[in-house]
Amino acid sequence: MADALLEVRKLSIDFHTARGTVHAVRNVSWSINRGETLAVLGESGSGKSVSASAVMNLLDIPPAQIVSGEILFEGKDLLKASQEERRALNGKRIAMIFQDPLSHLNPVYTVGWQIVEMMTAHGRPADAARARALELIARVGLPEPKQAMRKYPHQFSGGQRQRLMIAMALMLKPDILIADEPTTALDVTIQADVLALLKELQAETGMGLVLITHDLGVVAEIADRVVVMSQGEIVEAGTPRNIYHNATHPYTRKLIAAAPGKGAVKHVDAAAPVLLDVQKLRKTYGGFTALNDVSLILHKGQSLAVVGESGSGKSTLAKTLLRLEAADSGAALWKGCNLIAMSARELLGVRREIQMVFQDPTQSLNPRMSVYDLIAEGWDIHRLIPDKVARRRRVAELLEQVGLLPEHAQRYPHQFSGGQRQRIAIARALALEPDLIICDEAVSALDVSIQAQVIALLDDLRKRLGISFLFIAHDLGVVRDFADTVVVMKSGEIVERGPTSLIFDNPRHPYTQRLLAANLDPDPDVQAQRRAAAGRAGA
Amino acid sequence: MTKMIGQRAIASLLSLLGLMILVFFLSRLTGDPAVLFLPIDATEQMKEEFRALHGLDRPIIEQFGAYVWDLLHLDFGDSLRKARPAIDVVLEAYTWTLPLALITMALVMVAAIVLGALAAFKVGGFFDRLVSIVSLVGASAPDFWIAIVAIVIFSINFGWLPTSGVGTPLHWVLPIAVLFIRPFGLIVQVVRGSMLSALGAAYVKTARAKGVKNRPLIFVHTLRNAMLPVITVMGDQAAALLNGAVIVETIFGFPGIGKLMIDSILQRDFNVVLTAIMVTAIAIFIMNILIDIAYGVLDPRIRQ
Repeated sequence: MADALLEVRKLSIDFHTARGTVHAVRNVSWSINRGETLAVLGESGSGKSVSASAVMNLLDIPPAQIVSGEILFEGKDLLKASQEERRALNGKRIAMIFQDPLSHLNPVYTVGWQIVEMMTAHGRPADAARARALELIARVGLPEPKQAMRKYPHQFSGGQRQRLMIAMALMLKPDILIADEPTTALDVTIQADVLALLKELQAETGMGLVLITHDLGVVAEIADRVVVMSQGEIVEAGTPRNIYHNATHPYTRKLIAAAPGKGAVKHVDAAAPVLLDVQKLRKTYGGFTALNDVSLILHKGQSLAVVGESGSGKSTLAKTLLRLEAADSGAALWKGCNLIAMSARELLGVRREIQMVFQDPTQSLNPRMSVYDLIAEGWDIHRLIPDKVARRRRVAELLEQVGLLPEHAQRYPHQFSGGQRQRIAIARALALEPDLIICDEAVSALDVSIQAQVIALLDDLRKRLGISFLFIAHDLGVVRDFADTVVVMKSGEIVERGPTSLIFDNPRHPYTQRLLAANLDPDPDVQAQRRAAAGRAGA
Repeated sequence: MTKMIGQRAIASLLSLLGLMILVFFLSRLTGDPAVLFLPIDATEQMKEEFRALHGLDRPIIEQFGAYVWDLLHLDFGDSLRKARPAIDVVLEAYTWTLPLALITMALVMVAAIVLGALAAFKVGGFFDRLVSIVSLVGASAPDFWIAIVAIVIFSINFGWLPTSGVGTPLHWVLPIAVLFIRPFGLIVQVVRGSMLSALGAAYVKTARAKGVKNRPLIFVHTLRNAMLPVITVMGDQAAALLNGAVIVETIFGFPGIGKLMIDSILQRDFNVVLTAIMVTAIAIFIMNILIDIAYGVLDPRIRQ
């Protein structure tokens, strides 16, 4: 390993925070050569991005402190290099792309300017930079590169923005590209395209690729080697296949077991009474049709998944059913009464019966309210459980029901982890004893292992309390584990619907087929087979 | 963008109309100008004649109608005190206030942006703390007190600068310096805070990963994003200056709009008060539209 191009050797980094010192990474070593792909796999807080940030000199010191270790590039320790030497290396020899390209591109400059700057910042002439930028924008697959140069980041889609970030990173033909969760914010079909593009570009340029990810499917699809990180340490290293089949560390095993999409598929109880009957619901924004005559039926105790990519109208459907947005036409019969035409007074009663759990509990829970107040607030609004002692007892029960402790009631949301916060949000929804809970991407912001726990909790609530779920999601694995019925939405329309088993085993609509094909399997062998099959089909 | 500015202009005209109605009637509530203008022993007949001469004897609605009619012909009426068209009196005062406000704001802008940005870049450092202390003192010290202290020190003790009045460039130094302090203190804090949050933005990380040098990192990548909240506060402060720095102008005997307004109110010179308020309002509306345009120039997302 002595001749690796980039080697992180026994690196330990602390973060000094107000709440004490956090050992962000401890004794971490990895290396990468040209032409290789190394995946750094871990959940949030595992420290998977920290060593890469250290390589790029992106850590703020303080609060960060490099305690020990070396970062060797061509045998030279970067930690001993001057700031100017390290700056000159960034972008030129080692480039980096990030998750969420919208916030990582400067909103007030044209993308052309930003891409060109990659070369001008390293002293190259601007006209040569412009020529190279045009060439690369075309190479990453954007139409009309000349026009694209003059546009601003917000004028592109998420996938296009990540392509532009990749073009920018490749301007100076770096030896190593570090990609930090490059496809996490993207839809599955776009993710597949971007990963394929990265692989192609790697083959063309021979660069080394360090891919930081939480997604076993991404690892299975693209990595040559993988290191698994947990709580700041590398717990396991090897090839993806080796790790997937013969993981030795308990954490790795847990991670692999938690990967969604492996459980038994659930079946519908068609005899149950109809709870919600949506008929030809339509919603337009100006000239844009968000919902185009959407109809669906939800039975009591059923979990119906609405699957689709961003812009498919699935969130608009939820908002319209909750009357957070006004529908243009159509009806939604809730226990026989039309939700869409209800008066404000009638609606108040229904508000108790239909609850919602949102994607990001950090934003949907008021940070200035204690857990007790968050859960009990609904009782004030609907004038329920006036007795204080009874309230306290009920909050304690609810917290236990969602796997938290009664003494958590006095704490505030920021004192919990992401998974725990989502449990609080679920407890809040349960407090009003709803008949239906609408989950809008309720587990997508959570780590895989937490995701599995929350899904298990929701499924348990469905079985024990007979609550129905309208489960809006883009992650097909999660949907397969939780839903008994699936509707697939595209451009405001339902293109396919049916029992979960049928949709997953025998999709008929080309779009559903494409979605399922783009969904990455955590098993490297399955991904290899799919690639081979796609290759044959392509030839 | 053009549409937005058009809407703003229409809204501004409506508020101007409302303002005119409000000021016209409110100022008539303050009392009878005849009592103030004529000698204390003037007979009732003299007062009647005075009122008849200036149309003050007619019903107030009729007076208002006549005023609006004249206004539509761009006639703002005459100043009672100076027996000249009110608009001339007001515009003359503006030839003093406008340069005072512009020079002060330009200095504030440059100083606050540069110092605030640098303070934010090395947050918690010596320079940052110095800037914070100076700006806090500046933003909280009352300007009339600073004005008087400055006169005592620089005009009386050292004798470097004139105490009041206008005539030479030296006469401008103290008013500008005193007016500079408060907006500077406020805006430097806003720039610093805004820069701090912008420096934490993801696109700054991208720029660092690209190998962008520190100076363009601050002044190209971050500052333009940090300018939006700054512009809003700057507009507010500039409006306050255009409004006439009443106290500072009075202390320095500076013949600007602030001093004119105070004098005219005290003498119930209605036409001058009304005209001064309307011209000031128009100036502030124009400035708000300029701020909207600046927003659009700085941030392409607003342009659409």
